[in-house]
This record gives sequence, structure tokens and C-alpha cells, in this order.
Amino acid sequence: MKQFEFPEISRILTPILARHGGDASRLLQVLLEVQDVCHFIPSEAIDLIAAHFGVPRVNVEGVVGFYSFLSTRPVGEYRLLFSGNITDQMLGKDELMQYLCNKLWVEPGKVSEDGLVSIGSTSCTGMCDQGPAALINGWPLTKLDHNRLDLIAELIRSRKPVADWPAMLFEVVDNIHRGDVLLGQPFEPGAAIRATLARGAKETLVEVDKSNLRGRGGAGFKTASKWSLCHAAIAEEDGGVICDVGGHPERFIVCNADEGEPGTFKDRVLLNSYADLVFEGMTVGARVVGASKGFLYLRGEYRYLLQQLEAVLKRRREAGLLGETILGQADFSFDIEIHLGAGAYICGEESALIESLEGKRGRPRNRPPFPVTSGYKGRPTVVDNVETFACAAKIAEKGAAWFAAIGTAQSTGTKLISVSGDVARPGIYEYPFGVTVSQILDDCGAEGRPYAVQVSGPSGTTISWKEFDRKIAFEDLPTAGALMVFRRKRDLFQVAQNFADFFAHESCGFCTPCRVGTELQKKIMSKIASGYGTASDLEELKRLGHILKTMSHCGLGSSAANPVLDILEKFPDMVESKLKAFAFKPAFDLDGALATARTITGRDDDWAHL
Amino acid sequence: MSKTITIDELAVPFKEGQTIMDAALAAGVYIPHLCHNPEFKPHGSCKLCTVNVNGRNVASCTLPAVEGQQVLSDIEELNADRLALTQMLFVEGNHLCPACEKTGNCQLQAVAYYLGMMSPHYNHFYPQREADASHHDVMLDRNRCIYCELCVRASREVDGKNVFGLSGRGIKTLLVVNSASGLLGDTDLAVTDKAVQVCPTGAILIKRHGYAVPIGQRVFDHITIKDVQTGGGDE
Ligand SMILES: Cc1cc2nc3c(=O)[nH]c(=O)nc-3n(C[C@H](O)[C@H](O)[C@H](O)COP(=O)(O)O)c2cc1C
Ligand code: SF4
Ligand code: SF4
Ligand code: FES
Ligand code: FES
Repeated sequence: MKQFEFPEISRILTPILARHGGDASRLLQVLLEVQDVCHFIPSEAIDLIAAHFGVPRVNVEGVVGFYSFLSTRPVGEYRLLFSGNITDQMLGKDELMQYLCNKLWVEPGKVSEDGLVSIGSTSCTGMCDQGPAALINGWPLTKLDHNRLDLIAELIRSRKPVADWPAMLFEVVDNIHRGDVLLGQPFEPGAAIRATLARGAKETLVEVDKSNLRGRGGAGFKTASKWSLCHAAIAEEDGGVICDVGGHPERFIVCNADEGEPGTFKDRVLLNSYADLVFEGMTVGARVVGASKGFLYLRGEYRYLLQQLEAVLKRRREAGLLGETILGQADFSFDIEIHLGAGAYICGEESALIESLEGKRGRPRNRPPFPVTSGYKGRPTVVDNVETFACAAKIAEKGAAWFAAIGTAQSTGTKLISVSGDVARPGIYEYPFGVTVSQILDDCGAEGRPYAVQVSGPSGTTISWKEFDRKIAFEDLPTAGALMVFRRKRDLFQVAQNFADFFAHESCGFCTPCRVGTELQKKIMSKIASGYGTASDLEELKRLGHILKTMSHCGLGSSAANPVLDILEKFPDMVESKLKAFAFKPAFDLDGALATARTITGRDDDWAHL
Repeated sequence: MSKTITIDELAVPFKEGQTIMDAALAAGVYIPHLCHNPEFKPHGSCKLCTVNVNGRNVASCTLPAVEGQQVLSDIEELNADRLALTQMLFVEGNHLCPACEKTGNCQLQAVAYYLGMMSPHYNHFYPQREADASHHDVMLDRNRCIYCELCVRASREVDGKNVFGLSGRGIKTLLVVNSASGLLGDTDLAVTDKAVQVCPTGAILIKRHGYAVPIGQRVFDHITIKDVQTGGGDE
């Protein structure tokens, strides 16, 4: 194991720190690079980084401890993290991980003795349509099987740098099976900005308002309301000067590309093949609210997209679509900076995301104030989902009436659905809102008889086959875009348990109900899974569900019981079949404890079985 | 004309900028709380102070009071939920009250009494947490930490030092101190610091002061936390 001495660590750090400058908001970006080079964040590095940014050491340590992809102890030179979503699990993830561990002589979650390799699990990496998936030193591996793992084991043993591994291991495909107005129609970069400038900022806000566009990130807040609140926040400070377009230095546009909800991968596809549309939507938003600076918060799992996204930004700057005097408009400058996440689902929550952008632990803020009035660095900030910005660009280009004619009255436009699980054609499907679940199941070739569908990921809703005629729409089944399909005979209890583990792993730990409640929920689910559950445990789960829902600080905690409560309500047989008959049974396994004593004493008589 | 909110049918006046908790405490209305201390900016992590405002649950220590709010606080459902949260705080740490120097002065213990906690209800987690006796005058026992961040806030805002902070995430959250060794003795903490005075539990204790006040004569041995924190009890 490499131990870094002070001179060497400062030699490594100096160029990194110089490149990022002195603003403490770059802290997380610096730590990601150090982790990359050193395979951990050495204590000396924490001191140097703290001194560089002028923040207390304890804050830097707190940031390192918060994010899954950072560590204060060395991980393997090759760090392989298997995606732990239920879809990966159904494709054999557990067995594959054990297979690779055996081949490389390493225990899951540990580092090999020579420090060469560590293998573990991570939350959904957003490759559910081409799993089982994993990350090797942050780079996505897809479609894993025994052959590929044999090859990977060989590459690791021969210490081949990851950059030189065969490209086919890293192949990520879009899998678009149905395109509509976003994915199926061409878009000319600059068209939406031109239309916005021609129409005027105020009038564009009116268009977005009339289009009835609602946020695609889950909550479904009306986009125009958010934009005008953000605009009004400054106008108020400025003494009522409305619509002073021209790039106010103190308003921010943030694109939420954290896409951490397991089973969701549509933003991955938008950013891979439709980045212009997304950046254009951000630029339109900037013109409307009067922002001159934007951020794309890209989840760490998607950092393989970073280089090509930077290239798109560069091309847009060269084309006059970004930077100073956009399209020759003297009072319009706007630029976009990309920030990487580091393995924390909570950073998709908008106020936690802003904390993370500021280089801090991703802890949701107290509200009010909301980000639209006090966001990034305390300034008015709009946070919108990737797909929302793509829609906004289309609306700016083609107008409100065109957009509002698609979908339903309350849910206008289209929705990208990420389909995975027991289907013949997993991938991306774009539908007008109002499409039924059964239509989607037909189109994607749901296998056998689909039995249950998880809509909008673990924090969404589990629906049974009886509900397949329900519609994807804010007024019926709202969704951030995930649709995971489970055929008959799938163990739905295992599904709910996987989700309970996910929430416990991702709780930020700030508030009591979620920090302790998600862990209690995980423990009870595990007790039931190992055959020690009783009816009283089900009552306990419902009680915990109530506390999580009603007492939590943010949406993570308040939705963490959804999958458990849904399965208890809709598939009680799936749970009850796992229970012991007793009304109560302690988690403590008396028989198991006595087994050791029996072995030692060599007794197996009746009195040795209490 | 002063503005008012209603807490459990009682009209409570408030000034602009006050939270529901501020208004309640000023009026002598007790809402159970652990991470809140009127001397510091509201934090909102323990959630014991959750009340129902116009049908929605919110943390009363962080929500600004607004004219006409109908607040429910001292009701059966909320007290049962607060009790559950308190039990959660007990089982996630290692709280051996009879062996703790803070017993009788501990707010966690006092809130538990107030809410009628008879057992921890949940299975204990028995986490491995480290105690730190490296400082000359101050003892840090993480087994009793409830992550209220009062020490963090006091050190930063009053002492100007940043001795404490949180690291980790979720149930693996942990209290860390500002030194490369990770030891309290290597920080610039002084026994006179505000950070040493604010811990609601027995996680931060001053050395060589143990049992200066005998058990049985401590703050909460005679007066409930409700009366202590609202200045009531002696009428
Ligand atoms: C735990 C949690 C995770 C979230 N993750 C995401 C995410 O990955 N992407 C996203 O766009 N919104 C996410 N959200 C919703 C955001 O807080 C926010 O509502 C959204 O970005 C607003 O954008 P929109 O109005 O365009 O939907 C999450 C919310 C919570 C509570
Ligand atoms: S609900 Fe959970 S994730 Fe949200 S603040 Fe509380 S502990 Fe953190
Ligand atoms: S040590 Fe005490 S004051 Fe500090 S966070 Fe823990 S419980 Fe709160
Ligand atoms: S006192 Fe309000 S959340 Fe702790
Ligand atoms: S008496 Fe229980 S923590 Fe101190």
C-alpha cells in the first residue's frame, strides 16, 4: 500500500489546486481528482486542501466522509463497484460479484492484501437497460457476464491501465425505442435562442407559462412559476425593476443531472445525444430570469460523459451560443460550468445539490427560503431537471400552443420513460403524457405475464397488474421517468428489500427519523427475509412508514417507506408467506446462539435445544 | 397590533422574524426539542419539535411564524411520534444512563421522561463508537452523541474555532474534530469554550467535575424539562 509523504503529496496537489483556483466551491472537484490519483484522500492532502481554500480541516474531512466515491483509507488501485439496483440483481449481480471476488482472491467490500483491487457495490449506476453494470475507477462497464469478468480479472492481474482496456467493455448505447418531439425531431442548435431573442424574454416566459410545462424531475412544479419567482426575487432587491435582462451576475441556472433514482437513465441519453437541446434550454432560462452563470450538476457515475459535454460547450461558445454577447446580443452573456457529483443520491434534492455545488456535504437545507430566492451562494437560483430544459428549448422554438396540444390538459408535452426489468426491449421510450402502463408494457415486450411495475423508482409507486390501465400523468401516475417491470414469480419482497437497503445507504443522516428510521426499516426487512419475521414486524414497518412520511426533513425520508408500504398493501401474500407463525419473535436467534455451545460441549440432547 | 398564531387553541403573539418555537417559548408554551437552543440559529435535525401547521407537519424551530397559523403540538399522535424519535436516538447510540455522569442533567433523558418513555422499544444497534480522553480538561464520548451539532455551531459561531464537525453519512454519521490525529487533545479547544457547555447529552463532559452535584439533586431530578425550558414550574 502506498503511503504518501508530505513532499510527494504537495507535488501531486500543486497543479490540481492551481487549476481549480481558490474558491471553496471547487473543493469537491479537487477531492475527486486526488482520489483518482492516490486512490484515497491522504490526511496530509486534507491539511493542504484546507489551507488552500482557507476552510477548517474538519470541513474537508466531513466532505470526504459524505460522498461514496471518496475515502480516507486506500481503496484498490482497481476499484470495481457493481451497480446494486434490483434490475442488476435480477440479472445475476450477486453471483457475478462473488465470481469475480473468487477469481481475484478478495472479499466483497475489502481491499486485496497487495492493495491492487477492491470490489464492492454501489447504488444504481443508470445502466439498467444494459446491465449488469459496474464502475471501474469511475468508468462504466456494461453487460457484464462471466466471459467479460474473466477478461477483466486478467486485465487487473496484468495491471493494465484502465485507459487501455478494450473499448467494447465500456460501450454504452442509447437504446431509444420510441422517439417523439424531443428524441424524434431534429433540432438546429441556436434555433431556440434566436426565437427567444426575437420574441423577447418576458414574452418567452409567457410562452413557457402558457405551455403549462411542469418539472420532469419528479415534483411537477410549474416551470414558469419557478422562473418568474427567481426573476422577481432580484427585481424586488433592485427596487422593483422588472425584466432587466442582460445577465445579472447574481442569478443562477442549475441543471440537475444527478439522476440518482434507481431505474432512471433518460438524462444519460439526453446528455449523450441531445446535449445541445439541454444547454440551449438552460440558455433560454438564463435569458428569461437574467442569469449569467449556469451549472450542470453531473452525477459522478456519468463522468464518462464529461469530456464530450465540455466539447459541446466549447463548440457552442465558438458558435456564439454561449459566452459573451450571445448571438451578437450586447446585453446577453451566459456560460455553463460542469460540476461532478461523487456518489450521493441525496444531491439530486435541489437544496442538497446546491450545498454540493458549493463544495459542501450534500445536506438538504431548511426551507423557507427556497432556492428561487436564496440558492447558490445565497442568490436566486433556478434548479431544473435535464428533460425540463430540453422541453423549454422546444417551447421557445415552437411556441406554447404547439407544446400544449401534446399530452393531457394537466400534463402537457411528452415524457421520457426509462424501461428496464423483465422486458424484451429495455431502453428509452418517449410518449405523450396520458399513455397507459399497459401500452408501454406492450411496446417494450414485457416478458411472460408482467405482475408488478415500479413507477418512478423506489421513491415512486409500486403498481400491480390490476392497475395497468392507469396513465402516466401528473394527475394519475406522476413519474421522474423510471419504469421497472417484474414478471410473475419474481420475489417482490426482495424488490422492496433492495429499495429499503438503498434508502438506508443514501440517507444523508441529518434528521433523526430518516437516519435511524431507514436503518430500522432495513433491519426489519432483513429479519423477515431471513425467516425470523412475524406479524408484529409488519405492524412495526407500518408504524415506521408513518414516522418516515410525516417527520422527515426532505423527500428522501418521506418517500423511503413507499416501496415497503406498497408491497404490504398490494401484495400482502408475498410478505406473509415469509413470516413465522408467531405473533412476536426477537431478532436474536436463540437456536443459532446455542448451536456453538452444542458443538463445544458435544451435546445434542433435548435439553440442549431450548 | 401584535400578530398571533394559535397553538393548541391558545393565542400566542409573535414578532416578525420569530419562528413558531421562538413564539412558543416566549409565551411559556413547551414544544419538546433537543437540537434547538435559543442562543443559536435554528438547525432542524432532531425533529422532536415537529408540529402540525394547517394540516402539514413541520419543524417548529425552523418555520417562521405567520399570522393566523393554526398549530397543533400537544396532541396524542405527535407526542407518540416524538416518543418514537426519542427511542430512535437511544437505540442508535449507546446510552447507559445509570453509568453516565450527565444523568439528571441530560436533556435526552429528560425529554424521554417527559414523553413517558418506558423502554427503548427498538432493538439496540450497539454501534462501535470511540471515546476520546486525549484532551486535558474535556472528555468526548461519541457513544452519547445525537448529532444536534450544537457543539459545531457554538465552536464556529461563538468561539470562532471550528473544533467540531460531522463526517460520514446516514447511520454512519460521526462527530469529528479539527486535528490531523483526529484527537480532541490536538485541537485548540479550551475548557472555557462555549462548545463545551452546550451539549444536551453526556457526549461532551468537563473532566474532574464528575458528580460535583450528587445524583438526586440535579436539574431534571426535580423539575421537568418542560418547566426548565419555559421558565415555569415554580408558580
Ligand atoms: C432525494 C431526492 C432526490 C432527487 N433527485 C433528483 C434527480 O436526480 N434529478 C432531478 O431532476 N430531480 C431530483 N429531485 C427533485 C429535485 O429536488 C427538484 O425538484 C428538481 O430538480 C426540480 O426540477 P424540475 O422542476 O425540472 O423537475 C430529487 C428530490 C429528492 C427529494
Ligand atoms: S430525511 Fe433523511 S436524507 Fe432527508 S435530511 Fe433527513 S436524514 Fe437527510
Ligand atoms: S457532541 Fe453533543 S453537542 Fe455535539 S453534536 Fe453530539 S450531542 Fe450535539
Ligand atoms: S428542535 Fe426542532 S428539529 Fe430539533
Ligand atoms: S444520561 Fe443518557 S446520555 Fe446521558
